[in-house]
Amino acid sequence: MHVRRILSASLAAIALLGAAACGSDGPTDTTEGADLVIYSGRSESLVKGILDDLAKETGVKVGVRYAGSSELAAQLLEEGEATKADLFFSQDAGALGALAQAGRLEALDAAVTDRVIDGFADPNGQWVGTSARARVIGYNPTLAPEAEQMTSIDAVLDPKYKGKVGYAPANASFHAFVTALRVAKGEDGAKEWLTKFKANEPRKYDNNILVLDGVDKGEVALGLLNHYYWYERVAEKGADAVTARIRFLGSDDPGALINVAGVGILKGTDQKESALKAVNYLLSEKAQKYFADETAEYPVVAGIASKHDLPPLADLEKSSIDLNKLDSLETTLAMLNEVGLT
Amino acid sequence: MAETAPGALSRLRGREDHGRPPWWLVLPALAGAALAVLPLGYLLVRTFEAGPDRVVEILNRPGTAALVGRSLGLAAVVTGLCLLIGITMAALVTRTAMPGRRVLAVLAPLPLAIPSYVAAFAWVAAVPWARGFIGATIVLTACTYPYVYLPVVAAMRSVDPAQEEVSRSLGRSAWRTFWTVTARQVWPAAASGGLLVALYTLSDFGAVSILQYDVFTRVIHTSYTATFDRTPAAVLSTLLVVITVVIAVGERWTRRPVEQTRVGGGVARRAELHRLGALGPLASGLVVAVLLVSLAFPVASLLYWFATGLSAGIDTERLLTSTGTTVLLAVLGAVATMALAVPIGVLVARHRSRASAVVETATWAGHALPGIVVALALVFFGVRVAQPIYQRTPLLLIAYAVLFLPAGLGAVRGAVAMSSPRIEEVARSLGSSPITVLRRVTIPLAAPGIAAGTALVMLTIMKELPATLLLRPTGANTLATSLWTETGVAAYAAAAPYALALVLLAVLPTLWLMRAQGRFTATEDL
Repeated sequence: MHVRRILSASLAAIALLGAAACGSDGPTDTTEGADLVIYSGRSESLVKGILDDLAKETGVKVGVRYAGSSELAAQLLEEGEATKADLFFSQDAGALGALAQAGRLEALDAAVTDRVIDGFADPNGQWVGTSARARVIGYNPTLAPEAEQMTSIDAVLDPKYKGKVGYAPANASFHAFVTALRVAKGEDGAKEWLTKFKANEPRKYDNNILVLDGVDKGEVALGLLNHYYWYERVAEKGADAVTARIRFLGSDDPGALINVAGVGILKGTDQKESALKAVNYLLSEKAQKYFADETAEYPVVAGIASKHDLPPLADLEKSSIDLNKLDSLETTLAMLNEVGLT
Repeated sequence: MAETAPGALSRLRGREDHGRPPWWLVLPALAGAALAVLPLGYLLVRTFEAGPDRVVEILNRPGTAALVGRSLGLAAVVTGLCLLIGITMAALVTRTAMPGRRVLAVLAPLPLAIPSYVAAFAWVAAVPWARGFIGATIVLTACTYPYVYLPVVAAMRSVDPAQEEVSRSLGRSAWRTFWTVTARQVWPAAASGGLLVALYTLSDFGAVSILQYDVFTRVIHTSYTATFDRTPAAVLSTLLVVITVVIAVGERWTRRPVEQTRVGGGVARRAELHRLGALGPLASGLVVAVLLVSLAFPVASLLYWFATGLSAGIDTERLLTSTGTTVLLAVLGAVATMALAVPIGVLVARHRSRASAVVETATWAGHALPGIVVALALVFFGVRVAQPIYQRTPLLLIAYAVLFLPAGLGAVRGAVAMSSPRIEEVARSLGSSPITVLRRVTIPLAAPGIAAGTALVMLTIMKELPATLLLRPTGANTLATSLWTETGVAAYAAAAPYALALVLLAVLPTLWLMRAQGRFTATEDL
């Protein structure tokens, strides 16, 4: 009668585990009773602080749902009008562009979009940027001291860096950089660049953090990444503990592309007023200072200083590329596929 | 009557007595099948929306054939390796006097507790060059061979050693006897484990995305996330469903001729243990090597990251609530899944018909789909017909049932099939109603299988990420979602406590699974 005992033991275990779990309250829905529902594609560990402050200071009851930007965009597209979300806070412009293109975003007043530096809001006012990040070259000063003088992304094509350049092929910022490359060099020029890059056998990493690790450990001499990963690493470990350095490229170079994170209000929201309050809060001096200091990103409102030693945004390339142009992204991915850099 | 040949007659009898399955089996079975094909329904809606030209264009892309080739190639190689490793290890621990076999037998299934994305992280960090096909093969094999090992161990303990002894006495070598007699006898068990491995490999996203090998899941994911184009994702997913069903039907076909020989009771006698002599330590060394790669290495990496991250402090409160939510969802999800798996399992084991075969096949439809597809399908249906439970626990539980029903079903079906229908007939003839027979005979006899299925489903739910992320109640965090949150921004150190807690928690159902399957035949304690 082993089996009986097993069954009863199993049931008892289930009941016990279940009871233990119920004792811990189980999953609670934080949008329950919330006025404003935000879908945040920006990571909880990056933005929870500022969203908590937002709720406190605007008096709006906020419920936040975190997931990846593009997963949330896909979810919002499936949900359509039935969505509970009022505001979409995205890590990159592409996801906002997808919603804008599907007609799911409510146009913002010029009074809102005018608050940010030119070029950091959607030209049609569908969404507005909240912070920005620059593409940079990370380098290991022992392996590639000359990188300190680099001005063009073409420098990474030098055969002496064969197998010594790290990049994150799946990263949205890398895709945006390739789009910038196409704008700067034309389709044929961009393809030629990518073919040479591929021939130089660059090393693939899963994300920017690992690219930085690779540069830091000397696995690679150079790495293509976003600026704030380095600042965060320095803030976390201290400048002495980080071997890697970064180089901001010339302002006209596609390798100095600026990417933005931003917000859009979902069409059909019954919380338009609260949503606008939230958008304005994210553009407020306090929130902009938060992005400048806590996440080491660029503020998108003029006149905000950062505790980090960031080169002024004005010295970097002004994004002349419509980052939310999806047809363009599709062409970029097709080109990467063709060259074999995915 | 008890002496009649078990095969044909009892199945014939089964058909007479159980001719029409009762409504209380049919209804839940149909409900389960309907839920399982929900994602397919969604995919067909999205595919038809695109129009035939677009569909043909996507299927004709040069990349598509290569994609099918890569996906099937990876699934075939991983399944082959898992069968080889799983059967060999099962044979070593059950049939040989290999040194340390008891300890190794207990350690062998534990890699099931390690999520493939955690193993892949560990692998990538330590061996950055081993990406693509090689890395994916190693990681997926290391994480899934227990799917074969566990049922084969159980089967090896149950098969009658008399057949092997006859083979040996007729002059076949031990080696040939193993492959021609023993391996054939345990093939149904190995095949059902192999099927789980193959479909797991097709549906896994974590490992292939970290190791950068472009198979279905990764391409489908890129289609959603990089271009926000749902059409290629839907077309490729539909293709994946077709491939899954073909594989599932194929597996059923390979075990069909052998299955009848299994009808009959267990064996009270243990098989003679082979003395390996000088080869003994070598055999133990092989098993230890597998365990080093699949268990010790990822756990050591986690401990290393955990230690390096300790200085930054651990968010104990979040760790505890995440653990609580993980346990709750895993328990509820397993109960919901098994509530569907048990009636379907009884139905397909006791009422074999074309209709029950269709129901069984239907349950496989969602199993190889990437979690994000199942999640978006439930988003689609959730906002349209189930708004009140959308982004609430019930809908998430339905998603788990869709994803993991086959894992639970396999265990139930196997267990019900192994108990003789004649016992049920006796109970009926003594005046019990069909539902009493189910409650007092069928289910208690199948209890070990039900327990094993529950444990397996629980284990898989604990590790699930993409569907949980999109369908969880807002603000609810499981260990997997917390782990995901941390790996999104910082190095692995901050994520390590969650990963470690997840592995420790997942060890419980793994042990339970091992016990339930070990006792399946109750010939020997593990």
